[in-house]
Formats: sequence, C-alpha cells, structure tokens
Amino acid sequence: MRISRVSVAALAVSALTTISAFATDITGAGATFPYPIYAKWADAYKTKTGTGLNYQSIGSGGGIKQINAKTVDFGASDMPLKPEELDKGGLTQFPTVIGGAVPVVNLPGIKNGEIKLTGKVLGDIYLGKVTKWNDAEIAALNKGVKLPDEAITVVHRSDGSGTTFIWSNYLSKVNPEWKEKVGEGTSVNWPVGVGGKGNEGVASYSQKIAGAIGYVEYAYALQNKMTAIAMQNKDGHYVDANAETFKAAAAGADWSKAPGFYLILTDQPGKDAWPISGATFILMHKTQDKPDTAKEVLKFFQWAYKDGDKLAMSLDYVPLPDSVVKQIETSWKANIKDASGKSVY
Amino acid sequence: MSVALDNRGLPIAQAPAVDVANNKRPPMLRNNALMDAIFKNLTRFFAFLVFSLLAAILVSLVIGSTASLEKYGVRFLFNENWDPVKEDFGALVPIFGTLVTSGIALGIAIPVSFGIALFLTELSPPWLRRPLGTAIEMLAAVPSIIYGMWGLFIFAPLFQEYAQPIMAKTLGNVPLLKVFFSGPPMGIGMLAAGIILAVMVIPFITAVMRDVFELVPPMLKESAYGLGSTTWEVVWRVVLPYTKVGVIGGIMLGLGRALGETMAVTFVIGNAHQLSASLFAPGNSIASALANEFTEAVGDLYTSALVELGLILFLITTIVLALSKLLLMQLAKGEGERT
Repeated sequence: MRISRVSVAALAVSALTTISAFATDITGAGATFPYPIYAKWADAYKTKTGTGLNYQSIGSGGGIKQINAKTVDFGASDMPLKPEELDKGGLTQFPTVIGGAVPVVNLPGIKNGEIKLTGKVLGDIYLGKVTKWNDAEIAALNKGVKLPDEAITVVHRSDGSGTTFIWSNYLSKVNPEWKEKVGEGTSVNWPVGVGGKGNEGVASYSQKIAGAIGYVEYAYALQNKMTAIAMQNKDGHYVDANAETFKAAAAGADWSKAPGFYLILTDQPGKDAWPISGATFILMHKTQDKPDTAKEVLKFFQWAYKDGDKLAMSLDYVPLPDSVVKQIETSWKANIKDASGKSVY
Repeated sequence: MSVALDNRGLPIAQAPAVDVANNKRPPMLRNNALMDAIFKNLTRFFAFLVFSLLAAILVSLVIGSTASLEKYGVRFLFNENWDPVKEDFGALVPIFGTLVTSGIALGIAIPVSFGIALFLTELSPPWLRRPLGTAIEMLAAVPSIIYGMWGLFIFAPLFQEYAQPIMAKTLGNVPLLKVFFSGPPMGIGMLAAGIILAVMVIPFITAVMRDVFELVPPMLKESAYGLGSTTWEVVWRVVLPYTKVGVIGGIMLGLGRALGETMAVTFVIGNAHQLSASLFAPGNSIASALANEFTEAVGDLYTSALVELGLILFLITTIVLALSKLLLMQLAKGEGERT
C-alpha cells in the first residue's frame, strides 16, 4: 500500500504538536549571582516534572530591561527595585536566596578571621583615607595582631554587580562620608583601587597583590579558601561570614513591613547577624498576558522554596526562612493576576 | 564563411561574426553578457554593502549617544569623573588609557618588528627563515583572551616581583622620568597592558614588514651594495623608503588592533577610572570600560554615555587612519619623479 506524502506530512505535524504541548518551558534572565543555584534547581525540576527553565545570566541590568520588554517570563536582579519603580513598570518582586559579600585580605601570616574591622574603618579604607595596614585605626581594633607596614591596595569590581550594590549600600549605612561622596549602586565611582572583572577578577587580584583587600561573594570566598575579615555588626559583636550568620541576618529582618519586599539585608540587628548580606530578587509582571506560563513560573519557585533548600546550601547559598516564604506566597496570590483580575497562583 | 588571406597567402584567423545590436552572438558568447552583468552588479552590491554597513554603524552610534551628547556636549571629552550614582560621566580617563596603552604598544612593537623583519629578510640563514616566519604567524593566531589570561596569571606576578622594582630603582630616580615610575608595583597597570598589547601587535606588523621587504627589487639593493653601502645603509636608505607605504600600512594595522583590543587589556589594566601620570598605576581603556559595564548599565544616561565612548573610539580610529594617509602624502612629496 502506497502511503501518500501528504498523509506522512500530516502525521509528522500532528506528532510534533502533541509533543510540544507537553513541554512548557519558562524563561528568565538577569543576575549572575544566583545563576548556579537557578541552573541546579532547573535541572532537578525538569527531572521531576518535565518543565524546563531557560535562564540567561546577563546581569541584573539586563534582567530588568528584559522583563520590562516582556521578552522573558521573569527577570532576576540582585538589586531590588524601589516600590515607585515597581509601580512604574507594573511589576512585583520577591526574594529567592540570600548571599552576601565578604571582605578578604592578602597578608602573610594572617589567618582567616584574624583581622577585625568596623564598618566605618572599612569605608575609610575604601575611600582611600586609610592607606597602610598598620594605621592607628586598624591597630586599635586589632590589639595583639602583628600588622605589617604595607600599603593597602583596594580591589573592587570593574563591572556592574549586585555584590557591589550590597557592599556600597552597607558602606553608605555605616560611613557618612562614603554615603556623601560615593553612594550606592551596582556600579559606583570608586575613589581608589583597581577593578577586577567578576568575582574571579577580584579574587585573582586579591590573591596576587600583596597587601590587597577586596570583596567577593560568600560562596566564592568559601570555595577558594580565602582569608576573610571579621566584621562588627550592628549589635557590636564581631562575626565571621558563614551560613549561620547569614541566616541570622535574614531572620532579624522584618519583611512584612517592606512593600514589594524592598529590604536590603545589610547592617541588620541581631547578635550573630552578618552585616553585609543581601537577597536576590525575581521580578514578574502584575498583570499576566500568559497566565498559564505565570502559573508554571510560580510552581517552579514554590518547589524551589519547599524542596530546593538542600541544593542551595550545597552551593553555599542561604535559603530564606519559612516565615518569609509564607509571606512571599501570600504576595503571589494578591499581586499576580491575569487580564480578568483573577489570581494566577 | 569566406576565408581571408594575408599577404603571404595564409589564412587569417577570424572571430565569429558578432552582431551585438541584435544580440546575435554564437551560443558560447551569448551567456557571457548576462554573466558579466550579474557579476558586475554583484560586486557593485558588495562594495555598496560595506559602505552602507559603515554608515549604519555610525548612525546607530550617534543615535544611541544622543542623551549623553545633549547633556554633556564637548565637556564629555575633558571630564575626569565616571560616577554612575550621581550620573556624571566623562571620557577623559578611558581616552587617555586607550591612547597611552596603544602608544606604549607601538613604541615597543615598531622597533622590535622592524628588527625581526630585517633579520628575516637580510641577516638570517635561509634554513631559519621559514620556521621563524611560521612562529611569528602562530603568535598572531593566539586568541586575545589567552593573552589576557597569560598576562594576568604569569606575566603580571613576574613583572611585579622582578621588573617593576628594578624600573623603580633605576628609572624612578632619573629626575624627569621619576613621575612615570612612581607608585606601588602591582604587576597590573598601564605599562603591563601596553607590553601585552605590544606582544599581540608584533606579529601583524612583522608579517607585513617582512612581506614588503621581500618585494624590494634585488636590483635596487644590489646597486646600493655595489656602491659600497653597508647593510644598515641599504635597509635605511633603500629598502625602507621603497616600502614605506606598506610599512606604514602595517603599523596602522597594528595600531588598529591595539586601539580596539578588549579582553587582553581588561584583564591587566586594572580598571580604575583614575587619571595618573605613573605608568605603574591602573587605568581604563574605552574597549575595556565598554566590556565591563555595558551589560549591567542601568538607566538611559549611563547606557548612552557608554555608546558615546564607542563613538569616540570609532572617531579616534578614523582620525588615525586619516593621519596615516597624510603622512604618506607628505613622504611621497620627497620622492623623485616616476618614470
């Protein structure tokens, strides 16, 4: 029996359409900081449910541009948008994981956590006011530590980054001169120092230049076994950067009073809180043109909050406390609606 | 067809009758007219495409930088600040960095390339010429990001530990040069970026120089030798003047690469928006500023300032090309008449 070409073509087309009906992939773009954990979650989620996530880590600025242009289902940004900016774009935002910046040094003989600094002195170093390691201001905080007579080389990020945002936000809070002269942002006008590209660049310069001080993402400092500095937090205690101190910073924060979850976790109260923490955020439109895709996105994040904690911790990210997750899911119900006003979640 | 005979009585070969007006050509020639027309128009189209792409790039750069052009005007070129938070942008530091690193690169590369080309054409034993030539070409084929990584991981630490202290002790004590070699040795910085650019640019200039040196007619050189010139006099007074168009073309090629080189420079220049006279200090170049900041630039003014930086680089390259043509015209005036 001769099978006509038309029938074969029709069979192929129908087969393809039925296959594509099962694979609803969701797309996202933005911040580079959470890219490793989003990729790992996407992998596990696809194995479990078959829905894939396509995430492009093009930077927070790019993520904000793409979600405003509606070319992706969600945008990711390390820097939260202010409530006015959210309203202007018709967006809602919520945090996913917590990380933070850790100051690292390159001094011979100094061990991890041996040097202690307050926020103000750290700001003075980055302003270029404190130029040597054995300066009186540093020595006063580190009695008993042998500080060499070496020039401090400040290392910062040359590219725009959420880590820079958290760092400059913290320094603005604890050092009034920094706030006035430099301010905060993903990219700032650094008074002194050299710029490295990416966490890798900063880590590389910090490890190669003698007497360097730099800041890197917590995961980076941990995995590269860098010598970190202990910081004084808002309550006056000196803490090291680790999972517990990050969690303490998140726990001390009161998210319920922050509209649009606009809360920057730097300098939070709490005995054990690490002062330079921050969360990374997801941006979605409040009125969804494609409610089914939006539902898939929310289902993905719901799974990530419930079952993704272990994966996050394995990559040295800190998951959000359960109380915050509940607030986030409530906000989904209230904020993300389809064209008719019905809640998507 | 009647056969014509010449004055010796032998047949003259005749082309088949071609009646172009009525398109009556023999079959073989009939298609050629169409092919000619197609070929001519196709090549015309490609040339036009190049021209229009250039114009399109220029137009899109100008449109992209309107916000920044309106706000800053000419002040942009002389402003030292680069403050994304207060939205105060100025191109002075990137322009300075681009020109200084390219200047250092050419300052090192031109004499070295000249030396290599001279060696390859005049002085080297014949068995060495091909391997050395191939080695130079392979150097040109290395991707630029590998140069950046090599520069950051291998060159910079060695530079910091050995070369820079020596320079600081010797040149740093000479009264006029002191200011260029001040500051703590970090390995990275303008000088390191310039040296790495020189290494990247040498293969291009050498290849062009060697090729044009080989094109010099042996008669010219042998005449000079015959009159008693030394090898140096032959090269400096006969070969170079003859090949100056090619040599300057090769140098411009190298300069073009140096001006636009992104990744290698980004790794070792230090990325600091600060103006400093010292060569040990970190700086910034236009290409590395764009590579670092473009994707994360938030806000219209920031993006537009970066696009304007790109426009400035485009203009710098155009000016450099124009200057090289002027230089060639000046040099050509000193030549004798062409017979």
